[in-house]
Amino acid sequence: MPVSNQSRSTFIKIIFASVFIIIALQLVNLQVFSSKYKRAAESNAIFRKIVYPDRGIIFDRKSRSLLQNTIMFDLMVTPSESKGTDTLALCNLLGIDTIEYRKRMHDVIIKNTSVRPSVFEALLSPELYARLNENMYKFPGFLINDRSARSYPYNTAAQVLGYISEVDTAFLRRHKEEGYEMGDYAGQNGLERTYEKVLMGQRGIKMYIRDNKSRIQGAYENGMFDTAAIAGRNLYTSMDVEVQQLAEKLLQNKIGSAVAINPKTGGIIAMVSSPGYNPNVLTGSARKKNFARMNVDTAGPMYNRAIKGMYPPGSTFKPLGGLIALDEGVITPKYGYPCFGVYNACGDGKPKCLHSGNGHADNLRLALANSCNSYFSNVFRMAIDNPKYKNAEQGYIKWKEYMNSFGFGVKLDVDLPSENKGSIPAVAGYNKDFGGAGRWNSCSIHTLGIGQDRMTATPLQMANVMCIIANKGYYYTPHFVDSIENELTEDSVYLGKYRRKHEVLHISDTAFEAVHDGMHDVTIYGTAAGIKVPGTDFCAKTGTAQNPHGKEHSIFVCFAPKNDPKIAVAVVVENAGYGATWAGPIAAFMMEKYLNDTIAKDRLEEVERISKADLIPAAIKQWYASKDSARLAKIPAINNTEFENNIEAPKVTFDPETESHKKAPEKNDTGKQKAALINPEEKKTRKGQR
Amino acid sequence: MNSNKNTITQGADWTVVWLYAILVTLGIVCIFMVEYRPVSGSDWWQTFIPGKTNYSKQFYFALLCTLIATFILLADSKLFTAFANLLYAFGIVLMLATFVIGKNVNGSKSWIPIAGGFNLQPAELCKIFTALALAKFLSRQQTDFTKFRSQLIGAVIALSPAILSVLQNETGLALVYLSFFIVMYREGLPPILLIIGFSFGVLVVATLLVEPNKLAIALTAIAALTIYFLKRQIKRQKRLLTLIVFAWVVCVGVQRFAVPYIFNHVFQCYQSTRIYSMVGKDYDCSLNHHNSKISLKPSKKPDDYNVRQSMIAIGSGRLTGSGFMKGTQTRGRYVPEQHTDFIFTSIGEAFGFAGCIAFLGVYLFLLFRIIRIAERQRSTFSRVYAYSVASIMFFHIAVNVCMTIGLFPIIGIPLPLISYGGSSLLTFTILIFIMIRLDADRQMVLR
Repeated sequence: MPVSNQSRSTFIKIIFASVFIIIALQLVNLQVFSSKYKRAAESNAIFRKIVYPDRGIIFDRKSRSLLQNTIMFDLMVTPSESKGTDTLALCNLLGIDTIEYRKRMHDVIIKNTSVRPSVFEALLSPELYARLNENMYKFPGFLINDRSARSYPYNTAAQVLGYISEVDTAFLRRHKEEGYEMGDYAGQNGLERTYEKVLMGQRGIKMYIRDNKSRIQGAYENGMFDTAAIAGRNLYTSMDVEVQQLAEKLLQNKIGSAVAINPKTGGIIAMVSSPGYNPNVLTGSARKKNFARMNVDTAGPMYNRAIKGMYPPGSTFKPLGGLIALDEGVITPKYGYPCFGVYNACGDGKPKCLHSGNGHADNLRLALANSCNSYFSNVFRMAIDNPKYKNAEQGYIKWKEYMNSFGFGVKLDVDLPSENKGSIPAVAGYNKDFGGAGRWNSCSIHTLGIGQDRMTATPLQMANVMCIIANKGYYYTPHFVDSIENELTEDSVYLGKYRRKHEVLHISDTAFEAVHDGMHDVTIYGTAAGIKVPGTDFCAKTGTAQNPHGKEHSIFVCFAPKNDPKIAVAVVVENAGYGATWAGPIAAFMMEKYLNDTIAKDRLEEVERISKADLIPAAIKQWYASKDSARLAKIPAINNTEFENNIEAPKVTFDPETESHKKAPEKNDTGKQKAALINPEEKKTRKGQR
Repeated sequence: MNSNKNTITQGADWTVVWLYAILVTLGIVCIFMVEYRPVSGSDWWQTFIPGKTNYSKQFYFALLCTLIATFILLADSKLFTAFANLLYAFGIVLMLATFVIGKNVNGSKSWIPIAGGFNLQPAELCKIFTALALAKFLSRQQTDFTKFRSQLIGAVIALSPAILSVLQNETGLALVYLSFFIVMYREGLPPILLIIGFSFGVLVVATLLVEPNKLAIALTAIAALTIYFLKRQIKRQKRLLTLIVFAWVVCVGVQRFAVPYIFNHVFQCYQSTRIYSMVGKDYDCSLNHHNSKISLKPSKKPDDYNVRQSMIAIGSGRLTGSGFMKGTQTRGRYVPEQHTDFIFTSIGEAFGFAGCIAFLGVYLFLLFRIIRIAERQRSTFSRVYAYSVASIMFFHIAVNVCMTIGLFPIIGIPLPLISYGGSSLLTFTILIFIMIRLDADRQMVLR
């Protein structure tokens, strides 16, 4: 036996030990130092399921829910498990062909692998849901998933409430830290967007363990790391569903807007923009189609004219002009101006006045009641050329300050997104127009005195000015939400700006009373003498605003009752003529509904007449007609398809959106020849300018 | 009965028996951990009885092995020396038989179906027979292992089954036979062979990692430097220069021609892919000679799913592990073949680094114990045999664990006594208990 070889035993032991040490070192590397394997293991095996809480409800002032939560169903598919599905039967049920089926399957696999469930058909209609449910046994790998969605029992206030929709990548980028994920829904407009954080609630997370085929095995760590979902909180608004519905009805077949505010609180009672749409059309399976259709609609049903539409206020500005002049001390209520039908002091023969009888502007009251253009042009010039200030420019700057204090030319900060601030032209603008500072005077801009020139305001601003006048000098920022359920400190901070009284300029009560008297006279013997609110004295001002787009806008602002104002209203009907003809009655009915809770029986007929009146400008009708004929030419079979909607909604009493769509083609059959002369492009530019 | 019991216990090394028992039990626990899913209405132990699950099968295999171990301990140790050559011949015949009656399992025709749905893998059993035959050969009076001829015969005995295994497409099992070189080293094989073997391994890995021309330049540089530093010795001994030049030619030859040839012509496509993927590279299967079908699409990603999942599972255990039956990767069946070749991952995940070290400690203790047993033998036969046992087990453990932690390409060889599988458990049981039997009689052989 070779003894020398015995030492090799130690060497073999060393080899064994060193290999084990190498293994141990690699284990230290894997298990102790690098945490990436732990993370990889978690992403392998832990499935985070988001539990969506119920979204908060929005109530009106009488606790009627403007919107509710309902359940919608999505058809989900796990492609790897869908072998043996009766493809043909499924395609027949869904109304697609097998090519489409394969395409969708392909997309789903690319987007979300073949082992995880993905949405195959979103938002099933109730009939489809019922039919699918019966036949699900034929479709292995498919399942129906429920999801919370919105429904709108009153079919109203679509633009105010906004809508929720799936978040896109841009949204995710903007809201990185807020825990949104692909596929989540978020408020994208209106109150849904402003109060998203409140309404959304807090999402819960449930952790599950899944296996290599992504099948759920059970809760992770017995749910130790789960967080419970907290339901969204409700919003209590100052809206009144009935006034809102009435206003929408009155404005149907018209383009325009109406805003009603409670001057005592700043709470918005109703806000209408016409044409509007039934909010339910943006919740069902046809959501995308409807959205695309409305998005290109030239009349802009999703465009909230009440906060975005900028209109020249026209004569409705006159009470403000009077107030400024009174406060500046350039006139007294007794001040009169001899008007013979035209204002000649500037030598351009403008503006013309509707009354030519001498004496119709002998004092402020009369001038307001008769809406004397000459009077207010002159008063405006007196304010600008006030000897207190060096020149017209300084006078104008002071005047502009007044206007901004009244909420014109500034954002009011209502609780809706993308509000416009209207326009009170800046000095710089005039300097440019007239070729330099000092090259213009009060005569150059005197039509501002009758609410024309380049002055524009949104209907919300007009209604807010009514609040200031009604309150004799103060207002609360207009808003919808009065209170939030279980209000937190941060909510109170946010709502605080709506609970703070804004005193404006401390104009004397006598000045306001003079204006009140004049505005009251408007309704007694003035321009709105024909408009009544049963049982109530009210103050109002008509406006017939010239604009570059066609016939004058019919504008009406008012508040009621005169002695104890509870509601202030501004109504604009585009291209409809005299303020007292269309806008006036609409505002009056809104006030009547709000104050008396009902419309007097003998006036119901008038409501119907106004709601049926079709004042849509010809160019827009023409646009619809060409759109419809193009559609008819393409798919003759579904010529009368209107908005599709799968929600079992309460009976629709009226629906301005569909009505106007139905009307348009019929009426245009005869009017097509004439209307065809107007270029639809022109309409688009209009919208842009506004 | 009483006398029988005395025969079994007398002289038997109970430490090894206990270690064996611990490892087999741990193996069943690990398979249980991998396979068991709670079924309502029945307790966990009830699932052991029907023998339908793998862990219950392994349990019954263990019982069978206990029985066989008892028989071995009762047998006469002279039996093993006497039948060593015959058994070896029988093993070779069995392996040849697989070419005729073999059953194709996972692409390798190395299984012989026997009754009751069980299959026998002769290459597994052949390890025992080879160990016995090698021991027999080296213990012959006339064998002088310092002579080249004896070394060659030893190598032929060790490698014949390996060559048959390669032909059966069981490269993993074939590699195990290389472990007999450790035994032969102990018995006098010149260490230069091991050094050459190791250098060859390094060269192969370098070939895979480094671009061929750069490697050739590097090798030339090394040769030049060696000549420069050894110039005095070379002046004295001209042969040294020849040797260095020869080594350089061989190295470059291996790197330029041999390695590409082996990967493209000897190995199957999947084997080459695995080896390449271990060093983090993609292997182009279109170069492979075996790849007769001209597939136009290149392999999409390296074939490293198994090893990635395996490393994730082990890595997720961290220091102390996720706990018994709590491993998410094990429960989710993320690791393929976890009950057989990748059983180590279940330990790594459930018991963490601490558990792994303890587990490997048990193995190392067993190996050292076997070497100690080997060294206390007075007969060459017993010593060589014990060394064979230690070497085979070491090779299995090292390769299996290294492949689960990404240090070695994936080769389907089981973890001794732990992995699920009757053939493997039986082989190691017989290997170990023959050794215990021989050890028990260590005094007797001299007497």
